[in-house]
Amino acid sequence: MSIKKYVKWGDPDMELLLSRIMRYGIVIASVIVIIGCITFLEAHGKDVPQYSHFTGEPPEFTNVWRIISSLSSTSGRGLIEFGLLVLIAIPVLRVAFSIGSFIAEKDKTYVIITSLVFILLLFSLFGQQ
Amino acid sequence: MFLSLQLAMNDYLVFAFLIFAGALSAGLLGALSGLGGGVIIVPLLTLVFHVDIHYAIGASLIAVIATSTGAASAFVKEGYSNIRIAMFLEMATTLGAIVGAFVAKDLSPSTIAIIFGCMLIYSSIASLTEPKFPAEYKMSKLAARLNMNGSYPTADGPKEYKVYNIFGGFSVMTVAGVLSGLLGIGSGAVKVLAMDKIMKIPFKVSTATSNFMIGVTAAASAGIYLHRGYIDPAISMSVMLGALAGSIIGARYMVKVKVKSLRYIFSVIILALAAEMIYNGLTHKFG
Repeated sequence: MSIKKYVKWGDPDMELLLSRIMRYGIVIASVIVIIGCITFLEAHGKDVPQYSHFTGEPPEFTNVWRIISSLSSTSGRGLIEFGLLVLIAIPVLRVAFSIGSFIAEKDKTYVIITSLVFILLLFSLFGQQ
Repeated sequence: MFLSLQLAMNDYLVFAFLIFAGALSAGLLGALSGLGGGVIIVPLLTLVFHVDIHYAIGASLIAVIATSTGAASAFVKEGYSNIRIAMFLEMATTLGAIVGAFVAKDLSPSTIAIIFGCMLIYSSIASLTEPKFPAEYKMSKLAARLNMNGSYPTADGPKEYKVYNIFGGFSVMTVAGVLSGLLGIGSGAVKVLAMDKIMKIPFKVSTATSNFMIGVTAAASAGIYLHRGYIDPAISMSVMLGALAGSIIGARYMVKVKVKSLRYIFSVIILALAAEMIYNGLTHKFG
């Protein structure tokens, strides 16, 4: 019994896989942001930033689909925003994988609990157009 | 008051580098003190770099996701985090975070700054006081039914633990979520209050579980901040990379530094930032 309790969460391989997803995810997000950062600073490094008054981001940076679709324009800012989106997606993806893991364990209560959390996250990302 | 620097005339290159350095120190101090770097990123950006508080909160959320994801991947491997407790409490924190992010829209920067200052004072005091455990505690039937009781690895083999007062913990977690969405922080201090002091979860388990939750909570408000146009690529890139680098370095040297003395230093810094935030809020320096 102690072994089952100790692992607590399905297959140990699953845990290792999730830990890897997070690690790779953060590396991928960082690499995209770094490339975007270099591209952006090359083009705009000498411009003077103005952030003391809030104006908001342009529409292409305020929607998941538009961030992805405006990627082709190869702007540094667009690339950075995409990298940030990848970063935000990591915890969301992790929750999604946890649903799968609870389904595998046939733990209905936690399938429902985790699905609720997942729906809330999807609402936040896609819910308000 | 005393922290303000004249940086407005610099170009993006200098701006990006200075923010990177600042976020690195924040991530480092956050990891070493165990308080998380999120609490000092917003004061740093608003007070030192004169960035609007909305952009600062957006960038801070990004830093919180990056550092907690980086740390969580290590914790999962060690077997301390309890995913059931995390998922159950995340219903409270994600809902709270979404509410907090919506409320933030209707509050003036000054009001947010004052709430932020109060939160900083709380974090600072909470990190210095030792938890007091009452001798007897009512068993939680719900914890058993939700299969939350577990065990964690120690030198003498797995040690069992039980979870108490789920309703109390759930309520406080909702508050932690609201604060996280409102202020762009991980709310580590409030999460610890809920898990350590109310639910009586062992320190290592609560730290690891809280870390896992922080990323999910921050992601819940980050989506809404993104839609509002609060997440600026030029600010967020330096903050994300700096905080991540700082937390990785911090985690590596955590065991070698005397944590207690560092906590005192960090608490003093936080109190000074709190005073500055509240002062600027009251005098409407943030608009």
